Amino acid sequence: MRKELSFITVIGLDKKGIVAKISNILYLNDINIEDISQKVMEGYFVMTMLVDMKDSKRSIDEMRAELEKLGRSMKLKIQIQHEDLFNTMHRI
Amino acid sequence: MAITIDEVYETASMILYQNFDIRTVTLGINLKGCIDSDFAKFKKKVYEKICYNAKSLVKQAEKIESKYGISIVNKRIAITPISIIMETHPSRRKFLEMAQTIDMAAKDSGISFVGGFGALVHKGLTDSDRMLIDSLPEVLSKTERVCAFLNAGSNVAGLNIDAVNLLGKMLKETARRSRTGIGCAKFVVLVNAPEDNPFMAGAFHGIGEGDFALNIGISGPGVVRSVVEKNKDCDFTQLSEVIKRTTFKITRAGELVGRELAKNMGVDFGIVDISLAPTTAEGDSVAKIVEGFGIEKIGAHGSTLAIALLMDAVKKGGAMASGNVGGLSGTFIPISEDLGMIDAVQKKALGLDKLESLTAVCSVGLDMFGVAGNTPAETINAIIADELAIGIINNKTTAVRILPIPKKKAGDLVKLGGLLGSVPIMDVNKYSAKKFMGRGGRFPAPVTSLRN
Repeated sequence: MRKELSFITVIGLDKKGIVAKISNILYLNDINIEDISQKVMEGYFVMTMLVDMKDSKRSIDEMRAELEKLGRSMKLKIQIQHEDLFNTMHRI
Repeated sequence: MAITIDEVYETASMILYQNFDIRTVTLGINLKGCIDSDFAKFKKKVYEKICYNAKSLVKQAEKIESKYGISIVNKRIAITPISIIMETHPSRRKFLEMAQTIDMAAKDSGISFVGGFGALVHKGLTDSDRMLIDSLPEVLSKTERVCAFLNAGSNVAGLNIDAVNLLGKMLKETARRSRTGIGCAKFVVLVNAPEDNPFMAGAFHGIGEGDFALNIGISGPGVVRSVVEKNKDCDFTQLSEVIKRTTFKITRAGELVGRELAKNMGVDFGIVDISLAPTTAEGDSVAKIVEGFGIEKIGAHGSTLAIALLMDAVKKGGAMASGNVGGLSGTFIPISEDLGMIDAVQKKALGLDKLESLTAVCSVGLDMFGVAGNTPAETINAIIADELAIGIINNKTTAVRILPIPKKKAGDLVKLGGLLGSVPIMDVNKYSAKKFMGRGGRFPAPVTSLRN
């Protein structure tokens, strides 16, 4: 089955447990992490995760709601978006 | 090559911090097939056709918003110019009833606006066209979501002065009947109107279109402003380059959304129109982009050059990004919807004369500005005709959306609310063109039309 790739973007202040908490949510929903990067940009801690949702128990909308809830509790902005958006905007 | 973290962050921050969104997805619907000699049946068919397709548009658009995490602010419908399909029912009462039917269809299906309650009168007026114009004060004041337009001229037909001469009186009457003149915000008069424009109030489903066409409007003044602010010292060519690159990226997002939405709905994908359209949200201002270029206040000398540079760069970036770029692509410069423009008017940096010159290089025209309610109708006609002449002579679309607000005078600020913002009342020239406009007839097609 083809991969269903999406990017999770986390923006905010660095703190302990970000990767652990997000990874746990992904694991519980059968979502595989393909790649992780992190960097400080314009003063923000930024982390991106490329995830495969082909076996996911939940839709992208439900995952967004759950990640946003976590984001609110950790004072972080967390987004999830299908990878086609990035390929279209940044690759010809 | 894999997408880098910097690229992901760039897109994410456009959406999170710079108000980037898909401004509108507008589905054009051909209503000619609904025509019926039985008016009750005719209305029913129009209602059902709009509702059925509008509901599908809203549902499919929401799915795409969710997939890409990008907001589609407006879901709208454009219809066949109404005066064409009402030819066999020429009565004011029926025009109003049809408008109310369309208004109800929009409400019932969650659509913010339906465009196309208008007529193509660039060469002459039919009985139906006159009836439509007569009905507009009532239509625009008694409905919420119906937008009206008139195409009063074109490069090949010239400018229909007789049609323009009907508008000052109609607009004053519309303003008198509607709260703070808001009805006038739903009417635009154009020349060289594109048949696939996704933006209101001028959207309509052109007669050269198929049964359906999905057109996308992309905006993003905040994104362009941000990139301009990051490039404070570059020269003109470099400034144009950075705007072009950013515009390319946001137009590509529009292209993706448009193609996927059209495919999911089983309709033809029309165009992507990349037009910087300000909103009253903080930072979402075209005036602030120009000020970011290094102009103290929009309206100062140098502003026309700045808008020209912005406009050209936006068009070039858009042209590379999409196979079908809309004819209006560039930048809108409405007054009421842009906090920077309002401020410039209030500080007397920007007057109507300079605004008119900016429109010669922007993508549309004199948009969302107020004049005193006691401005003579023939002066309003002359303001409109001046703007439309710029379009006819320069091979471009120009348009006017003017609000003659009752009991207000130059210098006042009138709150319109919501997306429409607040409109400052601008000074108009006190001398009259009544005798000139009163000659009537048609301004002949310009010499540039003789190309065959």
